[in-house]
Amino acid sequence: MSDEKLKSEQLADIDYNPPSKDWMDVKPVIKKGTFNYPAVEASEKYLDLPFSRKWDPRDDDWKLPENWKEIVLKGLKDLLGKYRSFKVFMDICVRCGACADKCHFYLGSGDPKNMPVLRAELLRSVYRNDFTTAGKIFGKLAGARELTEDVIKEWFLYFYQCTECRRCSVFCPYGIDTAEITMMGRELLNKLGLGIDWINTPAANCFRTGNHLGIQPHGFKDSVDFAVDDLLDFTGIRVEAPINKKGAEILFVVPSADYFGDPHYFGFLGYLALFHEIGLDYTFSTFASEGGNFGLFHSAEMMKRLNAKIYAEARRLGVKWIIGGECGHMWRVLHQYMDTINGPADFLEEPVSPITGTKFENAKSTKMVHIAEFTADLIKHNKVKFDRSRNDHWIVTFHDSCNTARGMGILDEPRYIIRSTCNNFYDMPENTIREQTFCCGSGSGIGTDENLEMRLRGGFPRANAVKYVREKHGVNLLTCMCAIDKATLPAVMDFWVPGVELAGVHELVGNALIMKGEKRSGDLRGQPFKGEEVKEHV
Amino acid sequence: MPIFEYQDVKIDVDEDGFMQEPEKWDETIAKALATTEGVDELTDEHWKVVNYLREYYLKFGIAPMIRKLCKETGFPLKRIYELFPSGPAKGACKVAGLAKPTGCV
Repeated sequence: MSDEKLKSEQLADIDYNPPSKDWMDVKPVIKKGTFNYPAVEASEKYLDLPFSRKWDPRDDDWKLPENWKEIVLKGLKDLLGKYRSFKVFMDICVRCGACADKCHFYLGSGDPKNMPVLRAELLRSVYRNDFTTAGKIFGKLAGARELTEDVIKEWFLYFYQCTECRRCSVFCPYGIDTAEITMMGRELLNKLGLGIDWINTPAANCFRTGNHLGIQPHGFKDSVDFAVDDLLDFTGIRVEAPINKKGAEILFVVPSADYFGDPHYFGFLGYLALFHEIGLDYTFSTFASEGGNFGLFHSAEMMKRLNAKIYAEARRLGVKWIIGGECGHMWRVLHQYMDTINGPADFLEEPVSPITGTKFENAKSTKMVHIAEFTADLIKHNKVKFDRSRNDHWIVTFHDSCNTARGMGILDEPRYIIRSTCNNFYDMPENTIREQTFCCGSGSGIGTDENLEMRLRGGFPRANAVKYVREKHGVNLLTCMCAIDKATLPAVMDFWVPGVELAGVHELVGNALIMKGEKRSGDLRGQPFKGEEVKEHV
Repeated sequence: MPIFEYQDVKIDVDEDGFMQEPEKWDETIAKALATTEGVDELTDEHWKVVNYLREYYLKFGIAPMIRKLCKETGFPLKRIYELFPSGPAKGACKVAGLAKPTGCV
C-alpha cells in the first residue's frame, strides 16, 4: 500500500447514496485495497482442495472449472439439505432492513452490498431462482436471478468483505445468523478453487506444523524458552513452561500469534507469570499449538478437522481438561460447533479449578474453559494479589472481540479482570461494546495488507468509539482478547486514532500480579512503571 | 507469478515482493530486494538484522519472534523500523529472503 498512501479524510468521506440502478444490474468492481489474494497452489494441494490453479481476481477470466455452475448448485443443494438453519435463513428474511446500518463495512464504505440483508441476498437470489417455485415462475419479480460468472465474482468480493462478526444478527428480528450465510458462500467458492491465501495457507500450516504460522516443534520450544528467559529479566523469577508433558492436569492452548507477534507476546508472558504464581499443573502442546481455527473461514469440514487436533492431543497427553487463551474465533468454534462436530469430549473430566474448586458448568460438555473465566474466578476467590499502580501508565478501554462477546457471552469477566488490575478503565459508548461491539474489521481471515483499505473502512466505527474515550478520558490502551484484534487493530488505530496501543487482558494481569520473590524492573514490555521513569536513567 | 528484476538479479516473488524460493537467497539478492524497501545501502546494522533473520530461518524454517529479533540484535523495535521502514516482518524479512508470515499476525 506504500505507493498510494491512504488518507483518513478521504476514507471518512463516505457516500451513502445507493446507485440509481437496480442492485442486480450493478457489476462487482474488484479493485486494489478491497480484496484478498487467492490461495497459493502449494497450500491448496496440501489441503487436497479441488481446482487449485494460478488465477487473479483482477483478470476477467477466473479460469473456473468447466462445470462450475453444476458444482455450485449441487453444493448449494447439499448445504440446504444439511443445515435446516441455512434453509430457514434463506426463506425467512422479510428484508426489513434492521441490519442494514449495523454492519461496520457498510458504515465504513457506504456500499449497499455491504448491508447484511443485501449481502445475503446475493446468495438468496440464486436460491430463489433454482430452489423455489415462486422464483422459478416469476424470476426477477420474485427476487430471483440466474447464477452467472458475475454472481460468483460478486460473492468472492462481498463474502470476503464480511468478517462473520454477527453484529447484524443481534438486530435481526428473526435472529438470522448472517455470518452463517457468509460461511455457506465461502464454502461454495472454495468448491471452485476460489479460496484466499490468508485463510488456506494458515489452515495448511496448521496441519503441517501444528499452528497457522508454520512454526515447527523445535521453533515452538525456542519461543517458549525465550519467553521464560524474558520473564526472568522482568520479574526475577524463572517459571516453568512445560511442553507436551504427559499426565499434566490441564492442556493450555493459545493462538500461535501469542508466541510470535507484538503485542500478543506480552500477554503470553502474563499467562506464564499467572500460572507460575498459582502453581498450575499444565502443559503446552506442539501438535495443538494453535487455538485459532482458520478452517471456520473455509468450510465446516476444515473447521472440524482443525478443531479435532486439540482434542486428539488432550487425549494423547492424558490431561483432565483444557484452558484456552486469548483467541477470538476459536471460541465461536468451541462454544457453538465443537459439541456437535467433534464432541462431546467424554474422555475428559468436567473442568474444576484446582485452585478455587469452582466447577465450570458452562464447559461441562466441551471441557474447555476460557482463560478470562479462569482468571476472573481466581480473583473472585482472592487467590491472586495485584498492584494496580503498575498499570498506571495506561488509561485503558476494552474492545469486546466479536467471537467471545457474541459467540459465547463473555462480557463481564474481562472487565472484572481489567478493573482488578488497573486504576484507569473507561468503557466505550454502550452501543459499541458488549453484545453490540463493533468488529475490528479484519476478522475471519481478511486481515491482509492487500485488503487494507477495506479493513480501515470496516475498522472505522470501532476507531470512532475509541476516539470518543481518547478525547474524553485520554485513553492510550485498547485491550482485547483476540489475536486478530491484536494483529490488525494497531494499523486501524494508527490511521484513525493515533496514540492508542493494543494489549491483551493478561498483559495487564502479568504487570499487576504480585509474585512471591519478585524483583520487578518494569512492565512486561520493558518499560518503567509510572513514577519510576527517572530510575531508568540513573 | 510476478518476477523481480534488478541488475543481474531475476527471481520469482509473490504479490508483495517476497521471494518464492528462499533457498536461492544470497547477498546480491538481499541488496537488490533492499532497493524495493527504500534501503539503498545495506550498512553493518542492516546486515546484523538480516544475518540474524537468515540464521534463525535456516534453523527453524520461519522468522523469529519480533521480541527475540530485538533482543538478540540489541536493536529496539524503533531502530529496526528506522533501518527497514516497513518494519521487521515486511521489510527486514523480505530483504532476508524469508516468506511472509500468515495468520493472526
